[in-house]
Amino acid sequence: MRLLISLIAGCLFGAGLLISGMTDTTKVQGWLDVFGNWDPTLAFVMGGAIIPMLFAWRMTEHRRPLAGGTFPTMSPPELDRRLVVGSVLFGMGWGLSGLCPGPAIASVTYGGVGGLVFLAAMIAGMYAAPTVGAQLDRTANAA
Amino acid sequence: MQLEWIWGLAGGLLIGLGAAVYLLGNGRIMGASGILGGLVDNSDRTLERLVFVAGLVGMPLLLRPLMSPTPQTHLTGNIAVIIFAGLLVGIGTRIANGCTSGHGVCGISRFSLRGIVATVIYIAAGAITLAVLRHMWGVI
Repeated sequence: MRLLISLIAGCLFGAGLLISGMTDTTKVQGWLDVFGNWDPTLAFVMGGAIIPMLFAWRMTEHRRPLAGGTFPTMSPPELDRRLVVGSVLFGMGWGLSGLCPGPAIASVTYGGVGGLVFLAAMIAGMYAAPTVGAQLDRTANAA
Repeated sequence: MQLEWIWGLAGGLLIGLGAAVYLLGNGRIMGASGILGGLVDNSDRTLERLVFVAGLVGMPLLLRPLMSPTPQTHLTGNIAVIIFAGLLVGIGTRIANGCTSGHGVCGISRFSLRGIVATVIYIAAGAITLAVLRHMWGVI
């Protein structure tokens, strides 16, 4: 059951990323390129994706997940150094390449050598993240 | 141009539907960096994560030949930029505990302060990066 749900969700996510044009880095960079040939497509994708989720979060009230367990609790609304620094680093890489994790995975079969190298570097970065995060916490405590 | 917005909206609805299925079905947040990062960290639910990734890779592989013009990634050919950007995305999303799908789609729709702030920050960081590197220095 859980596996079937995961597969269906992955398929919908992959189809959506392809159809929306979000695996095309020129479209994503076009959205971020406010001083260039600005492309608003990403806002429509994000808006479109948020609509079903608004209903989904409502439906989580007084209910349990279909496959059992509990729904994820909301993290306390704390803005820590990790959230800010991590998002800055992510945004820089996103702007440089036009790829975020979803499209990087989804386009791996047609992104050529560059796409494979990006995915490998991203996975290497994920391996390094706990070390970098711990370093960040140390400098936070020292300050 | 107008057609691209409609495709964007249609694709976005599919993405949101996937996130809704994942949430209401498995009780989990559909975040690409979290699902892949969990595999990297060798945390729980390995098979679920692998099956999700299989769908995420498989569906574009199946659908792409049906689309006209055939979608391309248009990724830069500069390998140094690709490696540097990939490292930044990998480290950044894991430190911030989310990316465009987790903080963006799932966080904003829940009115999560962390999700909204993260999204504003990474969009601003991306826009500034492009403004400086493309328009000031002309290097990308």
